[in-house]
Amino acid sequence: MAADAQVVVDMQNITKTFGKVVANHNVKLTLHKGEILALLGENGSGKTTLMNMLSGIYFPDSGTIEVNGKEVMIRSPKDAFDNGIGMIHQHFLLVDVLTAAENIVLGLPGAATVDRKGINGKVKELCDRYGFDIDPKRKIYNMAVSEKQTVEIMKVLYRGADILILDEPTAVLTPQEVDKLFAVLRNMKKDGKSIIIITHKLNEVLAISDHVEILRKGEYIKTINTAEADQQILTDAMVGHATSLAIERPQLERGPELLKVSNVTVLNNEKLKALDNVSFSAYGGEILGIAGISGSGQKELCEAIAGLQHLTTGNIMFQEKNHQGKTLSDVNDRTPSEREKAGLTYVNLSFVPEDRLGMGLVGSMDMTDNCMLRSYRNNKGIFVDRKTPRELAEKLIKELEIVTPGVETPVRRLSGGNVQKVLLGREIAGGPEVLVVSYPVRGLDINSSYKIYDLLNEQKKKGVAVIFVGEDLDVLLELSDRILVMCDGQVSGILNAEDIAKPEAKANIGIYMIKVGGPDAKEEVRA
Amino acid sequence: MSAESVHEKKEPFMRMVKRDNISQGEAAKIRILAIVFAIIVGGLLFLALGKNPLVSYKDMISGAFDTKVMIQETIKKAIPLLITALGITCAFKMQFWNIGGEGQILMGGIGAAYWAYFWADKLPKIPLILVMLVTAMVMGGLFGLLPALFKAKWGTNETLFTLMLNYIAKYLIIYLANGPWKDPGSSFPQMPTINRGVFLSTVFGVHWGWIVCIILIILMTIYFRKTKQGFEIAVVGESNNTARYVGINVGKVFRRTMFLSGALIGLVGFFQVAGADHMLSENTAGGVGFTAITVAWLAHMNPTGIGVVALAIAILERGCSRIETTQHVPASVSNILIGLILFFMLGCEFFINYKLIFRGSNKRKEAAKA
Repeated sequence: MAADAQVVVDMQNITKTFGKVVANHNVKLTLHKGEILALLGENGSGKTTLMNMLSGIYFPDSGTIEVNGKEVMIRSPKDAFDNGIGMIHQHFLLVDVLTAAENIVLGLPGAATVDRKGINGKVKELCDRYGFDIDPKRKIYNMAVSEKQTVEIMKVLYRGADILILDEPTAVLTPQEVDKLFAVLRNMKKDGKSIIIITHKLNEVLAISDHVEILRKGEYIKTINTAEADQQILTDAMVGHATSLAIERPQLERGPELLKVSNVTVLNNEKLKALDNVSFSAYGGEILGIAGISGSGQKELCEAIAGLQHLTTGNIMFQEKNHQGKTLSDVNDRTPSEREKAGLTYVNLSFVPEDRLGMGLVGSMDMTDNCMLRSYRNNKGIFVDRKTPRELAEKLIKELEIVTPGVETPVRRLSGGNVQKVLLGREIAGGPEVLVVSYPVRGLDINSSYKIYDLLNEQKKKGVAVIFVGEDLDVLLELSDRILVMCDGQVSGILNAEDIAKPEAKANIGIYMIKVGGPDAKEEVRA
Repeated sequence: MSAESVHEKKEPFMRMVKRDNISQGEAAKIRILAIVFAIIVGGLLFLALGKNPLVSYKDMISGAFDTKVMIQETIKKAIPLLITALGITCAFKMQFWNIGGEGQILMGGIGAAYWAYFWADKLPKIPLILVMLVTAMVMGGLFGLLPALFKAKWGTNETLFTLMLNYIAKYLIIYLANGPWKDPGSSFPQMPTINRGVFLSTVFGVHWGWIVCIILIILMTIYFRKTKQGFEIAVVGESNNTARYVGINVGKVFRRTMFLSGALIGLVGFFQVAGADHMLSENTAGGVGFTAITVAWLAHMNPTGIGVVALAIAILERGCSRIETTQHVPASVSNILIGLILFFMLGCEFFINYKLIFRGSNKRKEAAKA
């Protein structure tokens, strides 16, 4: 790309604050015609805030925005569209019961009647031009996530946008779908469109972008020519100091079978199978990774193990503690009083749910009360004992380096990484033998993520069976001893240590993610 | 696309920005300002009616405090508001919208009145009063439990459910007043005054309900802050999912807390029948069940705050009924005045949570220069 290409977007001295939080401070951004600019930064670095100001969702406290050389005021998404700017959000904004074409024209001025034929034709034309693969007459609820994303992109193109902003577009896609998206983006670039892509996946930045702009803690750091960058350079710029990117995987003897899930089927609210005949075992001293497109049943699986889902069929058995690792039995076979009579206790289960503040913690309560959630029944009498949880909270702050004004601050006020440390710390303090963690590093910066991996490895070394539901395949491959891939609520395949070591492991997981049975059923893979 | 017109657009006239934190002093300043504004607007109302606002306000204050009897009457008015608001707070803290306070008061009243009407000459006073009190609480409690059962079992909407139960209680009383419990000595469909022997004893001229109020404020503060049940209520209120996750039986907490909520409110029925009105009628609740919702909200569900707000509303109501006679303003004016104060008090919460930034405000100009 020529360096003297026309500047289409020029943002200068942009500042935006939310209360005391400075989300952007004197940030600048320059986008040239026909380039792909990656906006890189850890969570909370202000990427999305900056783009929300360009697309009219927020209004900056100060600073100027120029589009095509003219200063503009972007007060609403409509103003943004009038300037040819369109944003594809992380969470799709589509009407499920309408078709792709109807969603694309929704909200546009037009005649009283809808000229479906004309619209379909125009949509088809867009498809051919950029290499989209979509049937304009299909309803949204019949579509896969990647197709919904395509509709979102076309919605923006149809409105004549020349400047496209994509907010973490690859988070919901398989590796194969990411390749397809990138091909489309390159076609658009060739057509003269300018694209900003927000992401924190370094390999994708290197694969697709021309320039990388790096933000850190709301401040502009620098813009790097992608051709001159590698993963280490980008990470160091993003974090602010040199970081090691290797994840440790201690090699241990596999321990006893602590958890056995057999033929479990769970129905969701719509009476559809969220889990379909799922069977697997978890062993002490290993990390079992769970991969899959989000919404493939991971949430239900974790909740089923934690006893929060009604099982339509199958059972979940835990090892009995007093039988010295010999017997597994179903917790639900006996009532609590029967268990007490028989002297039965099971291995301890701890669960870090995906929804940290909506399920794992109470956002408006302080650390003491959140630590108390798990233990408030432990003492006798009608009064709660706040002393023990308070001590635990203070211990967690010290050991996990939790940044908080104090144990009395509502956990909602803490940053994402610190919230997760509170939750994981509390769950580990329960002394689990089985530890289920769901998306434990989602939204966390690199340093916090590595701290979490260390904590999980520490548990593994203690002989805990760790079940790790993750989304970043690279991390799963580095951390897990085995990987279970889910697809449509089924166990699509389980990769053992030797499968994980293969160079094509990542591609294989991608295939398992979209087709039950994986590579063996390759010819039926959805186009 | 019209790039020119876009260029012409100015920044929005006014924007709302969420405040991160506000100091206690600043919040208090906003609240006091709200009351001042309410008083000023209320004054304009008096002016529009051709009355002197200063004299009117002076009359209101003397109406609530002038003589011992007036102070007693004011406290008597605060008692039902206070206890009902405490009961409502139990439910609201777990985000269970119990707006059936009216019905629960009336059911408590029926429970108390039954013993007062039919057992007054058969039982000694102390056991009679005790059994009235317990019956009122159980009746109110069961009336509160009902919507919780339905919500836990079938997910019914508790707001509509409790609202409808108000009518059931009201018409049950009208039925009783027309038939079985009708005053034989009256030609109107109304129930008789209860036996004088059942009247509650007074302490400093007010029935002993006010002592119960003080005890309840202390007990409920401890209950919410220090007990396991209070903690469970807070967890359920914040997130049903978290409650399930830590193994709290959400349905059980709903049932237990709604029984408690209804029982406290049922207690109000007892005090109204035995201590204040000395009879049962469809006006026994008199809107207290709804006003108490405002009291609970204004006090941010804090038991001590509820005590203060209940007293303030009682003063306001007493003062307003005084100026109806001294200033010859219609009764509706007092309602408007109370409405104004509530409007400003609740409205100012917005300014505590948000601040407004106007076009071209200094802050933006300074920031741009920097």
